[in-house]
Amino acid sequence: MSEKKSKSKNTRSKSARAKSVSPEQILSFYREMLLIRRFEEKSGQLYGQGLIAGFCHLYIGQEAVVVGMQSAIGEGDQVITGYRDHGHMLALGMEARGVMAELTGREGGYSKGKGGSMHMFSTEKNFYGGHGIVGAQVALGTGLAFANAYRKNDRVCLAYFGDGASNQGQVYESFNMAKLWNLPVVYVIENNQYAMGTSIARSSSETQLHRRGASFGIPGFEVDGMDVLAVHAAGTKAVKHARAGKGPIILEMKTYRYRGHSMSDPAKYRSREEVDAVRKQSDPIQMLKAKILDEEITGEVELKAIDKEIRAQVNDAADFAVDSPEPDPSELLSDVLV
Amino acid sequence: MAIEILMPALSPTMEEGVLSKWLVDEGDAIVSGDILAEIETDKATMEIESVDEGVIGKILVPAGSQNVKVNQVIAILLEDGETMDDVNEASIGKTNSEKAEVKPVTDPVADTQTADVISTSGPNTAQMTTPIAVELAADTKMIPTTVRDALRDAMAEEMRSDDDVFLMGEEVAEYQGAYKVSREMLDEFGARRVVDTPITEHGFAGLAVGAAFAGLKPVVEFMTFNFAMQAMDHIINSAAKTRYMSGGQMSCPIVFRGPNGAASRVGAQHSQDYAPWYGHVPGLIVIAPYDAADAKGLLKAAIRDPNPVVFLEHELMYGEVFDVPDVDDWVVPIGKALVRREGVDATITAHSRMVGFSLQAAEILAAEGISVEVIDLRTIRPLDEETILTSVRKTNRLVTVEESWGRMGIGAEIAALVTAGAFDYLDAPPKRVHQVEAPLAYAANLEALAMPSPERIAEAVRGACYV
Repeated sequence: MSEKKSKSKNTRSKSARAKSVSPEQILSFYREMLLIRRFEEKSGQLYGQGLIAGFCHLYIGQEAVVVGMQSAIGEGDQVITGYRDHGHMLALGMEARGVMAELTGREGGYSKGKGGSMHMFSTEKNFYGGHGIVGAQVALGTGLAFANAYRKNDRVCLAYFGDGASNQGQVYESFNMAKLWNLPVVYVIENNQYAMGTSIARSSSETQLHRRGASFGIPGFEVDGMDVLAVHAAGTKAVKHARAGKGPIILEMKTYRYRGHSMSDPAKYRSREEVDAVRKQSDPIQMLKAKILDEEITGEVELKAIDKEIRAQVNDAADFAVDSPEPDPSELLSDVLV
Repeated sequence: MAIEILMPALSPTMEEGVLSKWLVDEGDAIVSGDILAEIETDKATMEIESVDEGVIGKILVPAGSQNVKVNQVIAILLEDGETMDDVNEASIGKTNSEKAEVKPVTDPVADTQTADVISTSGPNTAQMTTPIAVELAADTKMIPTTVRDALRDAMAEEMRSDDDVFLMGEEVAEYQGAYKVSREMLDEFGARRVVDTPITEHGFAGLAVGAAFAGLKPVVEFMTFNFAMQAMDHIINSAAKTRYMSGGQMSCPIVFRGPNGAASRVGAQHSQDYAPWYGHVPGLIVIAPYDAADAKGLLKAAIRDPNPVVFLEHELMYGEVFDVPDVDDWVVPIGKALVRREGVDATITAHSRMVGFSLQAAEILAAEGISVEVIDLRTIRPLDEETILTSVRKTNRLVTVEESWGRMGIGAEIAALVTAGAFDYLDAPPKRVHQVEAPLAYAANLEALAMPSPERIAEAVRGACYV
């Protein structure tokens, strides 16, 4: 992938983009993004009812990033991220029930209720968390990639982090080692414009985060993170780059979160108009829906049916999460050591 | 079926709030994401967004209402084709309040712990898979070995038998180790398994933890544990806590090792004993060996252990020579203290270099007719409580020795243990010997004044014995 090609991505025609993606894949992108959207709306609702506690960071608005990236990796590739992790787990195919039951702190959750929103894992799906310390997942993900290189398998690690984490020192310590040893890692920066309440302009001397690897010799590209097909295309190239032994690569996803940083965010640092404009003009789900109808991939009725099915799935997950018992008191002191 | 819109909680502690303003009217069609109303608490004003689609059928709580309880139904949303006539108003609020009801929380602490148990090791000691020490035959050959070489031999043996084990750190490969602990390892194992890192403690500690999550068994050398302060977040938040946070799914088989404690005349930033810092953390195993046999046997056990291990060495011990048994696979079990010298008048507990000082103190005291038992803790966490308590029940006096500062230290922990577990046996209050409460000075006289010495330990024992 060259800088030149990446820069020209916005000029590529829609039909050219669609060629590499089948109608079935487009519909599955739609379904996965919708699942995340509805799941997160339901999480917000359960939080409002007091059934979910603590910190709860919703992924609404950023769905195209994980769904597009997920479609770019293969069996055995690893994924690691920070605390805004619900979407990543659903995109990986982890059960909505298990994720929601972890949010409610119940026995049926992925961590048996002991981790919570920010701390879930699935060794089966190669999901390495869910990390609550901003930037930690970048060093850890570089270590997962180190293990791939050590074992000489051809697996790639996707390490997701936000614009906020981009200012943590360990990110650059990791960049340095990843390039020094040419580790197979794709750094996916989810630039949703706000680190909690601080806009990127107020926090960063270099706001074009894809350039942040330049002094290490790591190539970086800006991607429209609201366009799942653009993410899919960029992700596919980046994963190929890393898998080919060319070392790390950075993708900066320009995206946006509609909700607050966490549930108790009064969102006074940005205007309602700003949020509405993104929702109306570049919502990842609405944009894909328009494309699906425009290109007659399927019809309104079929999309309604998908919507209904997803709502049922999310309601089922919520019921499961509310009905699942609290962890047994014996769990208090288990799993401290092996 | 009509959807009940509930008063949301803005935080886990919120019980009620003010519904200050409605932004929709009855009859309005809405979609997901539309703002329905504004609510206020003493901390913030927030907007309620709609999760569902439909038509506002009825507003049940008017704008300006105070003290609206969380989970109270504030409006009814009608779905396709419904009217308010379809809604049984008598049943409003019934389903949700049932669902929202959280079961009473049982008190897990009361169920699982009794008040008189003080357990630093927690319940996992029994489950811990520690190798059993090799029984030594009477004619076992002993080989005089430096602590430095014993550590190297331990790593090399484990790396020969398990390809997942590798060493990484600053200057471990081409430089042969800042303290020559990894001497000749690069020649034998190559750059894939003996990895020189940049000076980047936070980064390579995190990278190694990630590699351990993936199933490798990294041995991470810190040039000194003083530099591990930069990496502490990964040692504690990533390595120690992840197994618990994952409900037992994840493992982190890693060893963090390197010199710890005061060296000689290197100033405050290079002279500190971190045993109590790491000993505080559930999810870690903390080892601090004294002699070469333990350095080798415990490091081999640490590398094989499936848990994160902090292995605290001592720069001033690297060159000391001790006998190491010449057996095929010399492994010392984790969590077992060693009585280095038997005695009847007082018990001294110590770890690492302070074991040697304590043995010297015992010699001084023997000449005065005081018989001292010296316990080498070997493992700081889990602490071998039984060996300590058994000794104190015999000697009736306790003196703890450590290089770290006293406040909240290992000695404080052991004094609490003994006070709780052998109170009736004590003939004197426990005494603690430790570094004075100041950063370590560079000046030779001040440095010596700050640290424990054999004479200072002997003096503490005399005090405990009232002589």
